[in-house]
Amino acid sequence: MHIHKFEKIWLIFGITTLIVFLSVIGVSAFYLGNQPPSCLATINPEKVDTTAPFDKPGLKKVEGKEWDYELVFVASAFAYNPGQVEVPKGAKVKVIATTKDVIHGFQVAGTNINMMLEPGYISEYVTTFDKAGDYLIVCNEYCGVGHHMMSSKIEVVE
Amino acid sequence: MNTESVKTVVDRRDGKLAMAHFYVAFIALAIGGLAGLLQTLVRSGKFELPSWTGYYQILTIHGVVLGLVLTTFFIMGFQLSLVSKTSGTLTDKQRKTGWIGFWTMTIGTVMAAIMILTNQASVLYTFYAPLQAHALFYLGLTLVIVGSWIDGAAIIMAYSSWRKANPGKPSPLLTFMSLVNTLMWIVATIGVAATVLFQLLPWSLGLVERVDVLVSRTLFWYFGHPLVYFWLLPAYMAWYAIVPKIIGGKIFSDSLARMSFILFLLFSIPVGFHHQLMEPGIDPAWKFLQVILTFLVVIPSLMTAFSLFATFEMFGRSKGSTGLFGWVKKLPWGDARFAVPFIGMLAFIPAGAGGLVNASHQLNQVVHNTIWVTGHFHLTLATSVILTFFGISYWLVPHLTGRVLTKAMNKLAIIQGIVWAIGMTFMSGAMHAAGLLGAPRRSSFSTYGGSEQAAEWIPYQIAQAVGGSILFLGIILMLYIFINLAFFAPKGEEEFPVGEVADQAEKTPMVFENWKLWLGITVLLILFAYTIPFIDMIENAPIGSKGYKFF
Repeated sequence: MHIHKFEKIWLIFGITTLIVFLSVIGVSAFYLGNQPPSCLATINPEKVDTTAPFDKPGLKKVEGKEWDYELVFVASAFAYNPGQVEVPKGAKVKVIATTKDVIHGFQVAGTNINMMLEPGYISEYVTTFDKAGDYLIVCNEYCGVGHHMMSSKIEVVE
Repeated sequence: MNTESVKTVVDRRDGKLAMAHFYVAFIALAIGGLAGLLQTLVRSGKFELPSWTGYYQILTIHGVVLGLVLTTFFIMGFQLSLVSKTSGTLTDKQRKTGWIGFWTMTIGTVMAAIMILTNQASVLYTFYAPLQAHALFYLGLTLVIVGSWIDGAAIIMAYSSWRKANPGKPSPLLTFMSLVNTLMWIVATIGVAATVLFQLLPWSLGLVERVDVLVSRTLFWYFGHPLVYFWLLPAYMAWYAIVPKIIGGKIFSDSLARMSFILFLLFSIPVGFHHQLMEPGIDPAWKFLQVILTFLVVIPSLMTAFSLFATFEMFGRSKGSTGLFGWVKKLPWGDARFAVPFIGMLAFIPAGAGGLVNASHQLNQVVHNTIWVTGHFHLTLATSVILTFFGISYWLVPHLTGRVLTKAMNKLAIIQGIVWAIGMTFMSGAMHAAGLLGAPRRSSFSTYGGSEQAAEWIPYQIAQAVGGSILFLGIILMLYIFINLAFFAPKGEEEFPVGEVADQAEKTPMVFENWKLWLGITVLLILFAYTIPFIDMIENAPIGSKGYKFF
C-alpha cells in the first residue's frame, strides 16, 4: 500500500514523539518509582473500624520504615475520619485510606495525592509535605446526595 | 464524475427509520441540554434547584441522555443511512431488523428515564456499584444496548448482502466504516452487558446479596473507553468521506482511511485501565501496558489529521491557490456543512492533547476526577463529535425528509457553530483551569467549610455558568434548525454528499475485508491486556459489597 512521502515523514515524527512520551512515563514510573496508587491489599469493608490501622485513624510516627509517619483515613458517606489533621512540614508520610461503604475519592487539592477508595481495598500513597499551609481533602468520586459536603483538611505546620 | 451521489436518493422507507432515530436523539439533546444548563447554574453558587429535584438527579439525566441516548440513536440512524445510501436500499428484512432495534432501544430509554425521574436511579451514567439503582434502570440500559445490537445486525446484514452481490470487490468506504464501528461497539458492549446482567441486575433484584466492585468497574471501563471511539468514528466517517465531497475535493486515500479505522478497532478496546489508574487492586505494570496501548490510537489520529488537511490543501491548490497557506482561503467557509464540522476538527487538537495528559500515569494523578476531565470530554464529545453530528444533520435531515437547507438556515447553522465555539471556550476552558487547581468533577456547589482553596474555584465556576448559558442558546438554535429541516423547510432534493477517491490513489487491498483476521487480532489484544489482571482480581477479591441507596 502506497503512503505519501509527506505522510511518512508526519507519521515517523508522530511515532517518534509517541515513543519519547511513553519512555518518559515508563522511566518515571519504573525507575523513579512514580507509580500511581495501586495497593493490592484487601480488607473487609464491614470491619474497617476494628481492623488495624483503621481502628486508630490519624497521624502516627513510625520507626524503621522508609517514611516517618503514617496518616490513616477512614472514609464513609459523607465524611472522613479524621476531619482535620496536623502534619509537620517536610515529613515523609504514607497516606493509608479505605472506605466503609461506597466508592469515595481522596484528593488533596494542590498536591499529587489522588486516590480512589473502593470498598474491600486499601489505598496508599507515599509523599512529602514540603510547603506549610492548609490543604483541602475532597471526595472526587460521586458517593451520594452529600458528596459535595465530604471533605477534610491537612494542616502542614512548621 | 458525480455518479452515485447524484443518482440515488436514500429510499423513503429507510429514511423514515433513520429519522425515527434522529427524533429521539434531538429530544435527548433538548432534555440533556437543559439539565446541563441547570448544573452550571447551580455550581456557580448563584442559583438553587427547587426542592423536588437535586443536582445529582439532574446530573444523571444529563449523562445518560446525552452520553448514551443522544449518541447511540444518532449514530445508529446515521450509519443506517450511510449503508442504505452506499450499499443500496435495505431489504425488508434488514429494515424490519432496524425497526426492532429502534423500538427496543426506545423502550429501554423510557424505562431508565422513569427510574431516574422518580429518583430511584441517581447513580450517574457510570452507575458504579455499590451505589444501587432500581432494577428497572439496569434493565432499561440493557435494552438500549441490546437494541443497538439489533440495529447493528441490520448493518452487518446489509454489508454481507453487498459483498455477496459484488464478489472480490472492496465494500463501499462508508459501509465499511459503519461496519467497523458496529463491530467495535458489539465487542465493547459485551463488557457492560456482562456486569449489568450477571452482577448488577441480580444484585438489585435481591437474588444475590453482594457485588464485586472492582470486577464491575473493570467490565464497565472495558466498555467505557471504546464508547468514546464509538462516538468519534462516525465523526471521522464524515471527515474522511463526506466533507471532501462537500468542499468539492477528493478523498485523499481510500486505503489509508480503511487502515486507520482498522487500527481504531484494534486499539480502542484493550485500554480501559487508563480510566482506573488511581485504583487499588490493579498491578501498576498492567496499568502501564494499557497506557501504551491507549497511546497507540495516536497513530490513526495523526493519519486522520494528515488526510483531512491533505484533502483541503489539494482542493485549494486545484482552485489555483498559491503560497504555503493560500489554500485556506479557497475553502467554502460560508457552507455550514463544512464550516461547522471544521470547528469540531479544530477543537480536536486541544482535546487530543488533553487526552494524552489524562492517559499518562503521573499526569493523571493531577487531574483524575477533577473537573479538568469534564472539560476534556466537552471538547471531544460535546464539541468535535457533536458539531460534526450537527453538520451532518444539516444535509442528512432534509435529504431524508425530501426538503432543502435554505440559505437562511445555512446562515443560522453557521451562527450556531460560532455560538457553540464561544460558549465552549468559556465553559471548557474554565473547567480545565479549575481542574488543575483541584476542583472535583460531578460535585454540586460547595464552599467546603469555607476553605480558601475551594474559594479559588468559584470564579471559574461562574465562568462555566456563563459558557453553559451560551451553549444552551446554541442548543435552542440547533433544535430550531432541526425542526425546520424535519417539518417546515421547502420541499426539494438535498444532496447526500459521498466523497470520491483521488485519481492518483491506488487500488484498495482486499485484506481490509478479512474480518476473521481483524476480529482475531482484536480478541487476542483484549486477552493479552486483560486476562492476567482479571484473574488476579477474582483470585484476590475481598468480600463483596451490599447495595447502598445514598440518594
